[in-house]
Amino acid sequence: MTEPLLSIRDLTKTFGGVHAVDGVSLDVRPRETVALIGPNGAGKTTFYNMISGRMTPTSGSIHYDGEEITGLPPHRISRLGISRSFQITNIFQELTVRQNVEVALTAFHGKALAMLRLASRDREIIDEAYALLERLGLEALADQRAGVLSYGDKRLLEIAIVLATRPRLVLLDEPTAGMTPEETRHVTQLIRRLADSGDYTFLVTEHDMSVVFGIADRILVMHRGQRLAEGTPEEIRNDPEVKRAYLGEEEEEAAS
Amino acid sequence: MTTRLLIAGLLALVLAALFLLPYGVSYFYIFVATEILIMGLFAASFNLVFGYTGMLSFGHAAFFGMGSYTTAMLLLHLQVPLVWTLLAAMLTSMLLAAVIGFFCVRLNEVYFAMLTLAFGMMVFSVAHQWRSVTNGSDGITGFPLTEFGLGLDLQLANPLVYYYVVLVVVVLAAALLYLVTRSPFGLILKAISENPERVAFCGLNERRFRLIAFIVAGLFAGLAGGLFAPFNRVASPDMIHWSHSAEAVLMTILGGSAYFLGPFFGAMVFVLLETWITSYTDHWMLVLGIILALMVMFFRRGILGTVLDRVLRR
Repeated sequence: MTEPLLSIRDLTKTFGGVHAVDGVSLDVRPRETVALIGPNGAGKTTFYNMISGRMTPTSGSIHYDGEEITGLPPHRISRLGISRSFQITNIFQELTVRQNVEVALTAFHGKALAMLRLASRDREIIDEAYALLERLGLEALADQRAGVLSYGDKRLLEIAIVLATRPRLVLLDEPTAGMTPEETRHVTQLIRRLADSGDYTFLVTEHDMSVVFGIADRILVMHRGQRLAEGTPEEIRNDPEVKRAYLGEEEEEAAS
Repeated sequence: MTTRLLIAGLLALVLAALFLLPYGVSYFYIFVATEILIMGLFAASFNLVFGYTGMLSFGHAAFFGMGSYTTAMLLLHLQVPLVWTLLAAMLTSMLLAAVIGFFCVRLNEVYFAMLTLAFGMMVFSVAHQWRSVTNGSDGITGFPLTEFGLGLDLQLANPLVYYYVVLVVVVLAAALLYLVTRSPFGLILKAISENPERVAFCGLNERRFRLIAFIVAGLFAGLAGGLFAPFNRVASPDMIHWSHSAEAVLMTILGGSAYFLGPFFGAMVFVLLETWITSYTDHWMLVLGIILALMVMFFRRGILGTVLDRVLRR
């Protein structure tokens, strides 16, 4: 068994006595795709916020690649090779699509302090930005202002920004939320393709079960801040507790 | 591409006009033009922090003042050639900006603005009260303007000559500042102004970048101040007063913060209006207030910004 890339132990976050995340442990091995599912309010986003440095855990520990990263600020965690997307689209609306990616590339290549030369003359960054946009099918929109993109394209751009810092561990927070079935299929295929490339380890939260079962090697189910179950898609599909807590609720939601 | 040519052409025209200006206008307007250039550089340096990085500073005059006092004192006590006093002015104001910025960039938005205001007031009171060094409210006067340095034989005391010195220095400084805004660093600043958190998640310590922007802006403000003292023949506490910081804000809003030349244009409008209106009435502040209110309500992108938006169809 390989060493886990991400190793989380008893992670807890409380907000004024409420346990948003309550003693959750998880190991993610290199090149694996783990889906994190659970009903709204299960603590998935809080869990992400702690891994990516947006929030400091109340207790517990996070190790990445053998190094403790608990409570480090976001920029340090990003530098170590963990990159995340956000549930609510988090891009630079006023910059062009290409510039959005260039910001992340400039950061990654350590060129962010270069003051006395034109950014528009940096072939390395420009070419890499184009290549990345091509990979996501956004190259035709490169010079558009990001704010005018369709919702689905904005979500894709967000993934482009995430990939630009060449992460080893990618955290995607509901990448297909609000997308059309067509866009959802596109993103699902994209994630699978990226996962198959062997360059990335994914942790993905998702509500759409067809997406989850389509990409995940392993699934962690959270419920009210706690770990409810963990296993292969097959095991999770047949777990009676999961059915009751989560899949059941979805049916209720659908019925209401 | 055609818009680019158009802009390059217009810019060449403006520069040519500035170089030929003394042949067409009276001595009085050479003074006015000198002031516009210096204040334009001051406002443009402020805009690196405001328009490009998204931080509203109300203490930017502290760096202008630091540059003024540095130049004035070096000229008075050591009779250093002007070019070296300008470099010294940039250095001292940069250091002051590093100290003040170290504290201010820890805060955001209105708290940042209030802290810059507080530091500006502190620097003002030091200049105002520390009589043995700064000569209090009278300021530093009576310094000789001997030589420019670099082996150039320039009669700096001649306003016409000084105008050209200011023109060359401001054009060079503006070109440098423009390069900074278009550099990879400038791109990061724009990204920070829009979404600092996303920048942090790209692996950059946004606070550090905001501090560096603050220091660079302080340096250019110091250069503007350094040019202003010999022009004004005095370095006085009013240059540090918070109302002088507010002038940089007003000029930038008048011209438009979204374009690099907006603050320069705003400085021109501001200084010309002040010159003309004060010659007719004492109610300059009332007129300025009305103009400002209209700008903020209807032309938020400033005069030059609104015009360029139309031309470039943004």
